[in-house]
Amino acid sequence: MTKQVVTANRLDDGLAVFYKADDSWHNSIDQASQVDAGPEAEALLAQASDERNQLCVVGPYLIDIDKEGAHATPVRYREMIRTLGPSVRPDLGYQAK
Amino acid sequence: MTLVKNNLVIEDKWTFVGDEEDLPKTNAIVTLKRWQEDREALLARFDNLGIVLRSDENPQVIAEDVSFFQVIALDFPVYTDGRAYSYARLLRERFGYKGELRAIGNVLRDQIFLMHRCGFDAFEINQGGNKALKIWLDAQKEVTTFYQPTGDGRNTVLSLRERRRLAKSAS
Amino acid sequence: MYKYDDYDQQLVDERVEQFREQVNRRLSGELSEEEFRPLRLMNGVYLQLHAYMLRVAIPYGTISTAQMRQFAYIARTYDKGYGHFTTRQNIQFNWPKLVDIPDILKDLSKVQMHAIQTSGNCIRNTTADQYAGASFDELEDPRPWCEIIRQWSTMHPEFTYLPRKFKMAVTGSPSDRAAVAIHDIGLRIRRDDQGDLGFEVMVGGGLGRTPMIGKTICEFLPKEDLLSYLEAILRVYNQFGRRDNKYKARIKILVHEIGAETFADLVEKEWVHIRDSALQLPQSEIDAIQAHFTPPPFEVLPSLSSVFADKVATDQAFAYWVKNNVREHKQQGYAIANISLKPVGGIPGDISHTQMDALADLADQYSFGEIRSTHEQNLVLAHVKRDDLYALWQKLDAYDLATPNSGLITDLIACPGLDYCALANSRSIPLAQRISNRFGELDRQHDIGKIQIKISGCINACTHHHVGHIGILGVDKKGQEFYQITLGGRADEHAKIGKIVGAGFSTDEVVDAVETLIDTYLNLRENKEETFLDAFNRVGEQPFKEALYDAR
Repeated sequence: MTKQVVTANRLDDGLAVFYKADDSWHNSIDQASQVDAGPEAEALLAQASDERNQLCVVGPYLIDIDKEGAHATPVRYREMIRTLGPSVRPDLGYQAK
Repeated sequence: MTLVKNNLVIEDKWTFVGDEEDLPKTNAIVTLKRWQEDREALLARFDNLGIVLRSDENPQVIAEDVSFFQVIALDFPVYTDGRAYSYARLLRERFGYKGELRAIGNVLRDQIFLMHRCGFDAFEINQGGNKALKIWLDAQKEVTTFYQPTGDGRNTVLSLRERRRLAKSAS
Repeated sequence: MYKYDDYDQQLVDERVEQFREQVNRRLSGELSEEEFRPLRLMNGVYLQLHAYMLRVAIPYGTISTAQMRQFAYIARTYDKGYGHFTTRQNIQFNWPKLVDIPDILKDLSKVQMHAIQTSGNCIRNTTADQYAGASFDELEDPRPWCEIIRQWSTMHPEFTYLPRKFKMAVTGSPSDRAAVAIHDIGLRIRRDDQGDLGFEVMVGGGLGRTPMIGKTICEFLPKEDLLSYLEAILRVYNQFGRRDNKYKARIKILVHEIGAETFADLVEKEWVHIRDSALQLPQSEIDAIQAHFTPPPFEVLPSLSSVFADKVATDQAFAYWVKNNVREHKQQGYAIANISLKPVGGIPGDISHTQMDALADLADQYSFGEIRSTHEQNLVLAHVKRDDLYALWQKLDAYDLATPNSGLITDLIACPGLDYCALANSRSIPLAQRISNRFGELDRQHDIGKIQIKISGCINACTHHHVGHIGILGVDKKGQEFYQITLGGRADEHAKIGKIVGAGFSTDEVVDAVETLIDTYLNLRENKEETFLDAFNRVGEQPFKEALYDAR
C-alpha cells in the first residue's frame, strides 16, 4: 500500500510544511503523519484542509512517499526538492540546517 | 444580498424574471432571450423594464434599445470574467445608456471600484446591509489617482498635469 | 530616466497600503486563498515550491543606482542575500515572507518602483531594447513610449481581468533586441514615406503551448494615437478572447482563429470611436515624458582612446572582454558594456547583494548612474567612456562580473525551473550549469562563436526556448526529467519558431546531445564566420538530426 503524507505551504512565510494528525504543521517531513493512500489519506487531507487550517496554510495536498524506518522520502523529484531546498543552492532551504 | 447604490443601501424594487416565469406587475428585469422574443409585448406591458446580460451576451445587440431600460444588469459569473467591464463602458460611453447599471453575480470588495470606474452605479453584494455598505465605502477610499480616462468623470493624471502646465505657462 | 511626479508616487503609495490591507484580510480569514490569490499575483506575489516569490517590475529595463541599492537592501534584509533577473527585465526575490511583503513594497516605492501587474491576467511590465538611447542604429528611444504605456496600463479598470496575461515590448531600432514579435503586442518604431516616426503594430505573438510569431495589423500608427489604438486592441481581446480554456485564452489564439485581417478590422472599427477621445496624447504630454529621457551629458571625445587601445593590445583578458561584451555606442568615444550574469557554471541571472551594490557604485562612477536589465538575464552599463573601460573591467572582475561571454555558448538563458518554480516539470539551472562547464573554456567558446541556448523547465516557455538557436524544453516523463531540443529559432527582427528535432534526451544524455550538435556545426560550417544559425539555415536540420539519432 502506497504511503502518503499531507503537505502545504505555510500562509505567513510560505515555507513548505507537513501535517501531523494532532493538527500541527512541521518543517520536516519526518514529523508528518504517514497514512495509507485511499480513504485514510483523504480523511487526513480533509482534516488538514478545514476552515481553521485555511488560516495557517495554503493548498494542502497529498504526496506519495517511500518509507525507510522513521525517515520518509517523497517519491516525486519535485517533492524531494521541496523537502530539501533548491538543488543548486545546498546552502539554502531545509537542507542547509 | 444587499443592493448598494449612491452610497446607500437601497430596497430592490426589481424582480429578475426567468425565461419561463410569470411576469410581475411592474419592474421586471428580463433576459436577453425574452427581450428578443417578446419585445413588443414587454414594451406594451411595462413602464419600468430592465434587462440582464450574461457575460457572453454582448450589449452590442441592444445598442439601439438602451433607452427602453431603467436597469441593465451585467453578470459576473466569476469575478475573473472581466468582459462586463468592457460592456459597461460601451453602454455608458458609446450607446448613451443613462439608467441604472447594476453589477450582479460574483461582486467582491476588491473589484467593485474598477466596476464603478467603468460605469456601474449599483452593486448586488452578497453580505448583510451594514457590511455591504462598508465594503463599498472602503473600496472607494483606497485609490484616488487615475491614469485612464473613462466615462466616470474622475480627473485623470493627464488632465491634472495639463492643468498644471497651463497654470505654469500663464503665470 | 523617468522620475515619478506626485501623482505617480501617490498611486504607488496607495497601492502599497491597499495591498497591506488585503494581506491583513487574508491573514484574518476575511479573504479566502481563492479570493486573495489574484490580488497577490497582481502585486507580484507568487507561491513557489519553497516560499513566496516577489517579482518586481523594472519598467523597460532601466534601473537607477538608488533602485539597484534598494534591491541589494531588500535581498539582505528580507531575503537570502540575492536576486534573480528574469527574461522580462524583472527582478525576483525567492524567499520573502508574506507578512513582510507590504514593507518590501513600501521600501520599493521609496525608490519609485513597484510590483504592480507583474503577474495576473492583466497588462504586464512593458519591455524594451536594453540599448535604448545608446544604440547607433536607433530611430528613437522607445522608453518614453513604454512609460506612457506603463501609466495607461497601471490599474486600468477595464483590463484588469483579461482572458489571460498580456505582454508588450517596444523597439526603436531596426535590429530587434526586445523580441517584439513574440509578444502579445509588439511595437516597432519606424518611419513612414514622409519621414515621420510612428509605430508598426504586431499582435498575437507568443510562445507556450502554441508558439506564434506576431502579425502586423497596422503598418504605421501615428504616435499620438498609440493609447487609443492599444485600448481598441485590448477591448476587442477582452470581449472576444476565449475564456473557456486557459490554454486557448491568449490573444494569439483569437488572432489565429479569426485571422489577422478580421482581427485588424475589429480593432479598426473600435478605434474609429475612440481615436479622437481623451486617449489622444497631447504633444505637451509626449514632450514632458520624453524630457525625462534626454541623453546624459556626454563629453565631446575623440573617436580613438589611446588608453583603451593600449590596454586592448597588452592585456589579453581585457581584450577578450571587449571583443565579446562591449558594443558600439552612438556617441563618439563611448561604448556599451554588457555585464554578464552567467559566470561559467553559475546560475543564470542570479546576483548577490554585494554585486548589486558594487554595480551601483560602478554605474555612478562610469555610466551616469544608470543600469539596464536585458531579456537575456544580463545587465548593461549603457554609456561608458572608452577611456574608462579598462578601469571598469578591473573593478567588475573583482566582483566576478566580468565574464567575457556575451552572446557566446555559455551565455545561456535558463528559467528557475524545478529548483524554485511551482509550475516547472524539470530543472533548468543544473542543466545550464553542466552545459556551461562543458563548454567553459574560452578558446572553445570563441571557436564556436555566436549562439544562443535557451532552457525552459516547462511549456510556459519563460526563457523563450522556441526562439533559441538551440532551445531545450524540460518535460516530465514518468517521473523522470527529460529534455526536448528545438533548433533554428530566433527572436530578432527575423523572428522564427524553432523546430523540434526529434525524441527527447534524458538528464544523462542531454549535454552530450548539445555537444553533438555543436560538433556537427563545427564540422559542416563553411568558415569561421558562418554562425551556428547561419549554418543551420543553409543545411537544414537533417545533418543535425542524423548526428543525434543515427548513432543511437
